[in-house]
Formats: sequence, C-alpha cells, structure tokens
Amino acid sequence: MNFRRADFRSITRRHLLQGGAALTLGSALGVRTAAAADMTIGFIYVGSRDDYGYNQAHAQGAAAVKKMAGVSVLEEEKVPETDAVEKTMESMINLDGASLLFPTSFGYYNPHVLKMAAKYPKAHFEHCGGLWTDKDPQNAGSYFGYIDEAQYISGIVAGHMTKSGKLGFVAAKPIPQVLRNINAFTLGARLANPKATTQVIFTGDWSMPVKEAEATNSLIDQGVDVLTCHVDGPKTVVENAARRGAMVCGYHCGQSALAPKAYLTGAEWNWEALYPKFVKMIQAGEKIPNFYRGGLKEEIVKCSPYGEMVSAEARKHADDVKAKLMGGDYTIFAGPIADNKGKTVIASGTNQGQKDPELEKMDYLVEGVLGATS
Amino acid sequence: MTTDAAETVDAVAVSPAADPGFLQRYGTSVEYILIPGAALIAALAVFGLFVFLFGKNPLNLYYYMYQGAFGTWFSWQNSLTRAAPLILTALCTALPAQLGMVIIGGEGALLIGALAATGAALALPSAPHLVVQFAMVCAGMLGGGLWIMLSGGLRQYRGVNETISSLLLVYIALAILNHLVEGPMRDPASLNKPSTPEIGAANMIGSIPGTDVHWGLLFGVIAAVASYILIYRTTFGFAARVAGGNIRAARIVGLNVGRLIMTICFLAGASAGLAGMVEVAAVEGRANANLAAGYGFTGILVAFLARQNPLAIIPVAIVLGGISASGGLLQRRLGLPDASVQVLQGIIFVFVLASDALYGRIGFLKGKT
Repeated sequence: MNFRRADFRSITRRHLLQGGAALTLGSALGVRTAAAADMTIGFIYVGSRDDYGYNQAHAQGAAAVKKMAGVSVLEEEKVPETDAVEKTMESMINLDGASLLFPTSFGYYNPHVLKMAAKYPKAHFEHCGGLWTDKDPQNAGSYFGYIDEAQYISGIVAGHMTKSGKLGFVAAKPIPQVLRNINAFTLGARLANPKATTQVIFTGDWSMPVKEAEATNSLIDQGVDVLTCHVDGPKTVVENAARRGAMVCGYHCGQSALAPKAYLTGAEWNWEALYPKFVKMIQAGEKIPNFYRGGLKEEIVKCSPYGEMVSAEARKHADDVKAKLMGGDYTIFAGPIADNKGKTVIASGTNQGQKDPELEKMDYLVEGVLGATS
Repeated sequence: MTTDAAETVDAVAVSPAADPGFLQRYGTSVEYILIPGAALIAALAVFGLFVFLFGKNPLNLYYYMYQGAFGTWFSWQNSLTRAAPLILTALCTALPAQLGMVIIGGEGALLIGALAATGAALALPSAPHLVVQFAMVCAGMLGGGLWIMLSGGLRQYRGVNETISSLLLVYIALAILNHLVEGPMRDPASLNKPSTPEIGAANMIGSIPGTDVHWGLLFGVIAAVASYILIYRTTFGFAARVAGGNIRAARIVGLNVGRLIMTICFLAGASAGLAGMVEVAAVEGRANANLAAGYGFTGILVAFLARQNPLAIIPVAIVLGGISASGGLLQRRLGLPDASVQVLQGIIFVFVLASDALYGRIGFLKGKT
C-alpha cells in the first residue's frame, strides 16, 4: 500500500496517535525503513483520474511508475490551474518529501511550475505540454507527444470504415494543437477515401459534457457515421455515438471498454512507457532533456488496438503507414496542402516534418474539413 | 447581529442582585460562536463516520486535516492563500444580503474585475508600477461593481429576480472573458493557452513580507472590517438593514431604497472585482480561462456559513481555505477522492443551516430573560 508507506514517515503523527492508532502502527516499523530510500514522485491532475481521458492517461502512467522498485507515488486530482497547484506542489515537497513532480495540465506551467521550480531548485518538475524554453529554470522540463500521428492512423481507419463518407470531430477550442489533430485525422481519412469530409464542432471548452453530447447527436443527425474528438474526457462522445449506432475513434486513452462494438481505434498517450523511462533516467543519475518530444516512434503516443469490426483492408493500410511513421521517413504535412477556403497553406514540395515550428502555429483547417476556426 | 447597547444596559440594570453571569450578559454573542462551532464539530463527526464506512481510520482523517490545514507554518500559509479570494467574493453575497437580496453572481464580478484590471495594466505600459497597481485596483473594483449593479438595477427598476440575473450574468462574464482572451486581447504568442499579454513582473503586487500569502488576504480583511463598520456602525448601514427588514416601512420613513440597492450592489461587486484584480496581479500575471476557478461560487458558501456577517466571513473563509488546503493531503495519504472534500463542505453547509433552528432555544444561553 503506497499510501500507508507515505503515512509512517511522520514522527509527530505517531506521537499524537499512539493511543488511537496503535493497531496500524504495529506494521509501521518495517515499512518505514524501506520508505527511507525511496524517491517520492507526485502526480497532479487537473480533472478526475478516472475520466477515460486526458487525466486517466496520466494516471495510467503513474500506475506504471508505482510498479517500479524504490519509488513511492503520490497523486492529487482536480487541482485547478491557479495558485492551488503551487500549493499542491509545495505541499508534496514540504509535507511528503517529493523530489520529482509531474504537474500534468497544460495551464500549470506559466506561471505556477516556473515559480515553484525557482523556489525549490532541488526538486525536479516535469510538465506535460512542451513549453520549456532556454530562459526557464533547468530543474523544470516540459514534454509532449506528436499525437497527430496517431490521429492520422485513426483517420485512415475511419476513412475505410465510413459508409456515408461523412466523419465528425467534436473539438474543444480552435487552438493549434487541436487544429493539428483535426487536420491530421482528415488527411488520413482522405488517404483512404479522397471524398471523405470531416464536420467539426467546437464546444468552446475542455470539459463540457452537455455540449459534447449535443454536438455528437447533431453530427450523427447530419449523416456522420464515424466520430472522434479532442476534449478532456471523450467518454460522452464515445458512449453517445455508440448508443446512436455510429462508430468512434478514441482519444487520450483507450475507450474501447465503453463501446466495444463501436470503437475502431484511437489516438492514445503512452505515458505508461514514458514515465517509467523518466524515473529510470533520474535513478541512474542522468538528466532528462528539458524539452522532450516524440511520436509513435519514440513511444510517446500509440494507437488503440483495432476493434473487431475493422476490415482487413483498413488494418493493412493503417499498419503500413504506421510502420512508415515508426521508421521516421514519413511526413503527414507534405505539400501541396490547401485549407478549406482554397488557399495553399503548405506549398508543393514543402514537407513540414513533425518538429517543424510552423506546425506549432497552425491556424487553418485543411481541405475536406467542414467548419471554421472562428 | 450582536447584543449591542440596549441589551447590555438591560443586563446591567437587572444584575446587581442576581448572579451577574457572563452568559447572561453575552449569551447571544456566545450563541453565535457556540452554535456554528457545534455544527462544525457535528459535521466533522458525520464526515468521520462516512470515511470510516470507506474503511479509513477517522483519527487519521482528523490528524491529516489538521496537519494539512493548520499543522505547520506552510499549511497555515496554504490555508490563508486559499482564504484570501474567498473573503472578497463572500462579501459580494453578504453585503446585498443586508438588504434581503440574494446575489450569487460573485464569480462574474470577479471575472469582469480581472479583465478590467488587466486592461488597465496593459493600457499603461510605461507608467510607474504604483500607478499601474492603483489603476488596476480602481479598474477591478469599478468593473466588478458595475457588473453587480446591473443585477441590482434589473431588480429595482425592472423587477427581475436578482438571484437569477446575477447567476446568468456569470455565464455572460465568462463568455466575455473567453471572447476577449481568444480574440481582441489575445497575446499572439499564447498559442495553445489563449491569454492576454502579461502585465509585467514589475506590476505584480507580490506577497505579504515574510510569507508567501499574497496581499489579497489583507485586502480581504480590510474590506470585511470596513463592510462591518459600514453595516453596523453607520446610518447608511442602519438604513440598509431597515430596508432589508421591511422594505415598505423603509419607503414610508423616506429612505431612498433604490439608491441603497445600487450602492450596496456596487460595493458588493467591487469587492469581488478586487478579488479578480488580485488573481491577476498576484497570481496569474495575465488574464485567461484559469481565472474562472470557482472562487465566486465558494464565496456564496462562505457568506451563508458566516450568516452574512462581514466579520464572521474572515474566520469562515479561513476554515474553508483550510479544508481545501487539507484536501490534497487526504487524497495523498488516505487515498480519498477529491469529491470527499466537497462532501465535507456539503455536510458542513447542511449542519450550519439546520443549526439556525437552535438560536434562542438553548436554555442556559438565554441572555435576556
């Protein structure tokens, strides 16, 4: 029990509760010595850790770290992106002795992680979002994954499986990361079915279950038969689509358990692979690069296993492209690419590879996407 | 809400022969401390039972709550930091309550105040930092004040229920915030987290020296004390309470109820707007969606638990700040879900509201008779 292990480090507490908690204290002595050598690692989530989405993906990474030797893991969920997260980080450092922290929400970084990294130079902060620049403290880092690669694969599968040729995308906000996912999904789908279109609906915020359900229904009413999304908790979209008889591709983490008969595949984070890797690097005394990014090849993102209904043709096509992406010699955003207003956004002959900073500023929807960024 | 002069005189007059009893004199005041205190303890006991049913040791629970909220200097600062915005947003509900109005839109005033303060700072790029900070305070208070005045005006001149209108105005404020932050006020460099440009490190108001609690706490305490004086020690406050007690009587004696409503609503919104200014100037450094953290809604809870008394808001906000500060420790050490803290807040709320029935009914506390 990890919680108990953390408990018995505090001597004062034992004094106070000697009478009341005599029973539990009996088992304490043995555990305490083991705990002394542990590295304490704190994970902080912005939502609930069982949201079948963004936060659950991170919690799965934390669960993988828990299985390692010599570590004890702390978790705190629903921590808002205010000074509350600073206090959570400080509390983990001061009261629990944490030396490595994973504040996993994008909005935690500036100013909160930066402030705490300056205040606690001995602790190490690994933030999810890829925001570190060389002006930032050295004990802070920010990692992120090119999940559009996995969205591209989802798109290929969706393009093969759709009967109506109409795909649907429920998205939170028209920011570069989200647009890139929509575009990659659409480009993938049009690889399989050049006539496929993606109707996008923006809900306006990261967690709006009611609007997400309405968007799902309205897309299906318009004839969409495969849906995917980029919101914090895809559960609403996945369950609603399945209930209405449409197919879905997941996002953030595997959701096939929610809709086994409708779930084609999905774009997942692979924090289970990355977090233990980071912990091992620290245990071995190595430095984690402050700016750490990668895609399928680097095992930072992955695709959900195909659902039973996915055709052999779709599987083969998707597997081929996946193999090329894993080999590192495939470009998703290869010109010529036009936006959905007819303007060329990537010229013929220009290949914008994954690390191209131009992609970080994406503000367009590619041809084949029905919808507008504003 | 206290005994005040009349009763004291009464007690003195009666007391010479009878045992002068502290309780006799201050019974009603003691009630105001004893009853909510007992309600709090009862709520904690019920929560302990709840936690016990989940297989956790309630003694551990109480110990961790104490440690996380007030057990160390760090924990104290954690609780006080969380209490700071709550004092200000609670005033947004407590002040109109003196007039019998139920305003629950503090969150909206906070957001508008934060936007106005950010706008003021960005409009004065090269002014000295004290000027910028002063402008931010004024803009924040003005923005928030006008926002709640909208609700007050709708009630006074159009007969719209102020509870509903202030709540709906929260969503409008949120939409305005999102629109400005993602559109006209957006810093083009804030790609994946739409935000306004930063107000600049020099313009940040920082922490109270020797602590890492920001100045919002002091603003809150000053605002709460000033509100108490205004309501209980001035003719304006007396007029407000008269209007709150019986609006027709107030009109008959010639009080300008419309002006009272507008002024009180302005002050209420101004204090929530100040909370928004503090969030920008002491915490975030810019305006973005992070500002909508629900302080305005928790403030409603604080105001009701404090029975709308501006002074009582201070300790209540600190207790709620402490509960939320200890929530993290409960999650980490006991493996309780985050929702357990909300369960506790809910239980406390129910107990404190139910305890209203006890006032004036506890025999040994009956001061007057």
